Amino acid sequence: MGRKLLTEHINVEGIDTMAVYRQHGGYRSVEKALKTMTPDEVVEEVKKSGLRGRGGAGFPTGMKWSFLAKPEGVPRYLVCNADESEPGTFKDRQLMSKLPHLLIEGMITSSYALGANTSYIYIRGELLYVLRILEKAVAEAYAAGFLGKNILGSGYDLDLHIHPGAGAYICGEETALLESLEGKRGNPRNKPPFPAVSGLYARPTVVNNVESIAAVPVIVNEGGEEYAKIGIGKSTGTKLISACGHVKNPGIYEIEMGVPVEEFIYSDEYCGGIWKGRELKAVVAGGSSVPILPKSLILKTAAGEPRLMTYESLSDGGFVTGTMLGSGGFIAMDETTCIVKNTWNFSRFYHHESCGQCSPCREGTGWLEKVLHRLEHGHGQMHDIDLIVNVAKQIEGNTICPLGEAAAWPVTAAVRHFRDEFEWHVTHPHEATRPGAVYHGGLVLA
Amino acid sequence: MAKITYDGIEIEVPDGTTIMNAARQLDGKLAPPAMCYYTPLKGSGGKCRACLVRVAAGSAKDPRPMPKLVASCITPVQDGMVVENNSSPQVLEVRKGIVEMLLINHPLDCPVCDQAGECSLQDFAFEHGLSTTRYEEERRTFDKVDIGPLIQLHMTRCILCYRCVYTADQLTDGRVHGVLGRGDASEIGTYIENIIDNDFSGNVIDVCPVGALTDKTWRFKQRVWFTKPVNAHRDCETDQCAGRVTLWYKGPEVLRVTGRKDENGEVKEWICNTCRFDKKETTDWTIEGPAPVDRSSVVSANHYELPVLNQQVIADMPASTVRELAQNPPLKLGGLNG
Repeated sequence: MGRKLLTEHINVEGIDTMAVYRQHGGYRSVEKALKTMTPDEVVEEVKKSGLRGRGGAGFPTGMKWSFLAKPEGVPRYLVCNADESEPGTFKDRQLMSKLPHLLIEGMITSSYALGANTSYIYIRGELLYVLRILEKAVAEAYAAGFLGKNILGSGYDLDLHIHPGAGAYICGEETALLESLEGKRGNPRNKPPFPAVSGLYARPTVVNNVESIAAVPVIVNEGGEEYAKIGIGKSTGTKLISACGHVKNPGIYEIEMGVPVEEFIYSDEYCGGIWKGRELKAVVAGGSSVPILPKSLILKTAAGEPRLMTYESLSDGGFVTGTMLGSGGFIAMDETTCIVKNTWNFSRFYHHESCGQCSPCREGTGWLEKVLHRLEHGHGQMHDIDLIVNVAKQIEGNTICPLGEAAAWPVTAAVRHFRDEFEWHVTHPHEATRPGAVYHGGLVLA
Repeated sequence: MAKITYDGIEIEVPDGTTIMNAARQLDGKLAPPAMCYYTPLKGSGGKCRACLVRVAAGSAKDPRPMPKLVASCITPVQDGMVVENNSSPQVLEVRKGIVEMLLINHPLDCPVCDQAGECSLQDFAFEHGLSTTRYEEERRTFDKVDIGPLIQLHMTRCILCYRCVYTADQLTDGRVHGVLGRGDASEIGTYIENIIDNDFSGNVIDVCPVGALTDKTWRFKQRVWFTKPVNAHRDCETDQCAGRVTLWYKGPEVLRVTGRKDENGEVKEWICNTCRFDKKETTDWTIEGPAPVDRSSVVSANHYELPVLNQQVIADMPASTVRELAQNPPLKLGGLNG
């Protein structure tokens, strides 16, 4: 069993209250940082830790912090991206609802490091009950003197606001999130300028994922170097993986970076294997937008090395034979899963969630969804398979924000690895549309 | 000043100029197409992706190419930047894709659309699009919404360039229309029907690149290429109204009044609704003279495509006939003078 840095006390009774959280060493990092460290020292520790953004892109958090513009007399902001809505990802919800004080502690320490006196948590609108939990925790933190004016007598002031979104996946994109936070329509902005220069209210802003911020207290308490000892290479520390789909034990697992994928799926410590004694067919390793991989490629890289749960190992082989760690939404699919139906389902999601601002994504996501709907329902033709790949290519890289790519990648990857299944839907429309029908190397399993 | 190379041509422009504007200084015809960018509107651009160009070298300091195509309307130039527009096959390929995307849900009702002949999407598709479609699905449609007594909204034609939203935002107090919904279901809407009512609302008609917003007083009256544009002005009492317009004549009648468009098809001086909708008599105006119309425009040619005479036929014609035709512009003599 690996070390648990974030979720060690997650099942302690009453850990969502200030008193119990303090008993388990809560808010130590705030005291340590504010009383014994300068903001730059905190940034330096985070840099040393090698912590990479846990929201999906995996950009080094310390580097992101050091890019923050610091003009004199201009306020800076830290915004926590709690708009977790990637299909398959549900780690932040759990973290926030069970350990609200961990996030708040991280926000205080991080805000101090960045010199922000006002910080925001932008939480997904659907998570209203989590919002209530967080609000209660923030009130407790104000009462205990961890928020407000002159925190712990250090002279540092911080106000923390929680803002719920209105239910748009696109507001998880950092600039769309900032627009939404400003009270506007959540359309992503053109970049540059990047938020580090001109973000919230045109001020320098850092946007970090919940899990990234929650890791900061651990890093400050234990030291960046200590944190960097966990994991392999440039993937340091622990990562929350939300495992779902056809595994025996779906749920949230905090793993040390570098656990082999095979162990993660089959070991009883983690997912416990595929349910109902079935075979694994495919895995979407990091939330719905990353490329899907068949069993052979998810367990081993194309070079035959065992694949590990790290940023590097999962993306080994590029998009031809690899995928991404993404946000850690691990979706396993057993042999009865229809890949065409699954791809259509993902596509439907992106069609629904495209903001409609730039033309390739607005029109292309709808087009993909309609053609995939046809293929799935037995009305497709052979040229439709090439068509969806081509449309996906037209979207990819030509949009304002990464949603276009997120919509295109699952489609191209599904056709790349499961083309025969798409073709079977065209050549055998009657079999393919029977309820529960699944392509299995030319056999139909009902 | 920054020196850039645009499609092999060197040009020096002030720092902070966008690639699009640098190219326009060179020649508007060489500039990338713009479907959403509109110089006078702050914040516009970056949405349609029609103007994507390849930056082969970022700057003199950092000559690496940019990883993705960039929107030329919002990307500022850097000294030593090398930009490829029409010289890059990748750009032309992507542009073909953008035309396709813009057209899959566009109704293609050009024969009955008032914008035909002066439509940016028509020009863009004519220049970069394919003559066939791969789209077999049903087109997206919207319920008709009445947004006001003067302006007709055809939401099915809209390409969501957001220009009208910026216009209403920056020209008038209290914008009452905006974009509702999201994805391909997003639409320009007022939420409350029949509400657009202010002195400068008519300008959204001029900025609309397609026939989504048209002038109700001009609807179905005439095809634009049968009218003659004439520049005129009047002393307008409305604050901030330029009073300088283009009148579109058919015979002695003024069929419509629009703002004056520059060589890039942009209105630089806004006009009020009184000038646009109420002053439709020649006596209301001081005529300045014919408005310049681009030779390639259908407005000047009365044709979509100039007929090119067969070489063989020309060779057999008497010399006097050839001379006569050459002096009479409606026909272009292929190979003879062109």
